[in-house]
Amino acid sequence: MLDTGDTAWMLASSALVLLMTPGLALFYGGMVRSKSVLNMMMMSISALGLVGVLWVLYGYSVAFGNDVGGGLLGNPGEFAGLEGLFGGTYLATDGGPPVDIPLVGTIPATVFAAFQAMFAIITVALISGAVADRMRFGPWLLFAGLWATVVYFPVAHWVFSFDGVTAETGGWIANQLKAIDFAGGTAVHINAGAAALALALVLGKRRGWPREPMRPHNLTLVMLGAGLLWFGWFGFNAGSAVASNGVAGITFVNTLVATSAGMLAWLLVERVRDGKPTSLGAASGVVAGLVAITPACSAVSPLGAIAVGAIAGVLCALAVGLKFRFGYDDSLDVVGVHLVGGLVGTLLIGFFATSSAPAAVDGLLYGGGFDQLWRQAVGAGAVLLFSFVVSLVLAFIVKAVVGVRVTDEQEATGIDEVEHAESGYDFSSLRGGGGLGTSSPRPPAARVEQQVPATAGKES
Amino acid sequence: MKLVTAIVKPFVLEDVKGALEQIGVLGMTVSEVQGYGRQKGHTEVYRGAEYSVDFVPKVRVEVVADDTLADKVVDAVVEAARTGKIGDGKVWVTPVETVVRVRTGERGNDAI
Repeated sequence: MLDTGDTAWMLASSALVLLMTPGLALFYGGMVRSKSVLNMMMMSISALGLVGVLWVLYGYSVAFGNDVGGGLLGNPGEFAGLEGLFGGTYLATDGGPPVDIPLVGTIPATVFAAFQAMFAIITVALISGAVADRMRFGPWLLFAGLWATVVYFPVAHWVFSFDGVTAETGGWIANQLKAIDFAGGTAVHINAGAAALALALVLGKRRGWPREPMRPHNLTLVMLGAGLLWFGWFGFNAGSAVASNGVAGITFVNTLVATSAGMLAWLLVERVRDGKPTSLGAASGVVAGLVAITPACSAVSPLGAIAVGAIAGVLCALAVGLKFRFGYDDSLDVVGVHLVGGLVGTLLIGFFATSSAPAAVDGLLYGGGFDQLWRQAVGAGAVLLFSFVVSLVLAFIVKAVVGVRVTDEQEATGIDEVEHAESGYDFSSLRGGGGLGTSSPRPPAARVEQQVPATAGKES
Repeated sequence: MKLVTAIVKPFVLEDVKGALEQIGVLGMTVSEVQGYGRQKGHTEVYRGAEYSVDFVPKVRVEVVADDTLADKVVDAVVEAARTGKIGDGKVWVTPVETVVRVRTGERGNDAI
C-alpha cells in the first residue's frame, strides 16, 4: 500500500543525499592546493555523471535484484534500465482507478532506486580524496566505473538487500550474518576507505610529500562543504528508514548529536595535542561523527550516539597521523576518517546497541554479550578485505592498461591546467583585464587559419 | 631623485600613506609581497601535521621623490610603520637615473 507521507520524505531524502556529493566536492576541494581544486571537485562531480548512468543501466539490479548465489550478487539483468519498476500504465488519469505501481515497502520502487543511487554516487566520490593532485582524469573515470561495478554494487547487495523487500532473496550480511549497518558504515565508508588506501598505494605519493607543505588552500570551502554534508546526511541516515516515522525520528536525532559530539571530541584532541582548536578539525570532527553514526543510528540511544560520535572524533583525529608513520599519501585522509570512522561506528554497535532502539538488539554494555559484536566484526572485516583486495587489482589493471599518473612536470604545473585546461581562480587584473596574454574566442579549428591572434579587446 | 622602498606590516599601510600625504608626497605604488627577516615565519597545524610558513605577508611601498624630500619620506615611513615589535620591516633608498611621465613625456623632477 503506497503511503504518500513516506514517499514525500523519501523523495526529499534522495535530493538531500544528492547534495552531499557537491558538498564533498567543496569539502575536498578546499583542502587541496589552489592549482588542484578543479580536478578535486571534478572527481566528485563526475561520479554524479558516471555512477548515475551505471546505476540505471545495471547497478540497481546487481544491488537489489534477486540473489544469484550465496548472497553475493543480485541478478544484473533483472531491473536493467529500471524496466518493470515504473509500471506499465503508470499515468493516473483524473478520476480513474488507482494504478498498480511497483512498490518497495510503502513507496514507489523508482523512489527507492533513486534514493539508493545517491549512495552509490557518493561512495565512489569519497575515494577520490586519497588521490589528490596527481591522478589523471580519464583513468579516474575508468577506475570509478570498474569499482562501482565490481565492488560497490555487489557490496550494496550484501548489506542493503533484505530478503523480500526488492527481491525474494537478498545479500548475506543483511540476511544471514545479520550484522547491523543501518545506512552504510560498511557498504559506504569502510568500502570507500579501503579502496582509497589501495588506490593511494598503487598511485604513489605526491611529489615532495610529506616534506613540502601542502596546505589547504581554502578552509572556508571546507567549512561550507562540511555543513552541506551534515545537512544531506539527514537524508542519508533518516531516509534509510525508508519511511516517515519514528525510526526516521530517532536516526535523525542520533545523526545530529553524534556529529556534535564528534566535532567537540576532535577539537579537544587538537587543543590538547597541538595547542589550538582548528576549523579544519571542526569540519573533520563533523564528518568523523557522521561516518560513525551512519551504521549505528538505528541501534543506539541518543546517549549512545554521543558516545559513538565522541569516540570516533578522538580515534579519527589520532588516525589521520598514521599516513605519516606508514608513508602512504592518503591526501585528504579518506582512510583516517572514513575507514577508521566506519570501523568505529560498525564495531561500537556491538557495545552500545540497546534493545530500546529500533534495531532491537542489546550490545555488550547492555547485557547482550558478544553475539552482536562478532557479527559486526565479521561484516566490517569482510567488506574491508574484499574492497581492499579487489580495488588493488583494479588499480593495477588501470595502471597497466592506461597509466594513472600525470608526469612530474605536469604535477608541478598543477593538475587543473594539465587535465582540464582551466584555473580555479583568477584574481589577477593583468590577465582578466586584457593587459597580458591573448585570446581567440573561436573553436581551435578556426584558430589555425587565424594567424594573427586577437588581443582581448585591446585592438583599438 | 631617489626611490624609497619600504617593506612594512600590512596593517600600518593606512598610517604610512597618511604620513606621506602630510609631507606632500603625491603618489606611491603599493604591492602585497611575502618575505621574512629576523622575524622568521610561523607554524600552522592541519589535522595534526605542522607546517612552518616561512614567508609572511608584507606590504611594499615605493615612492619616487626628489633628493631634498627623500630623507623626510624615510623618516615619515619609519615613524608611521614602527610598532616596536619584531617584524616591523625595512626602508631603503636607491638613486634613480630618470623618470618619465607617460602622458606628457615630461622628464626628471617634473615627472614626479
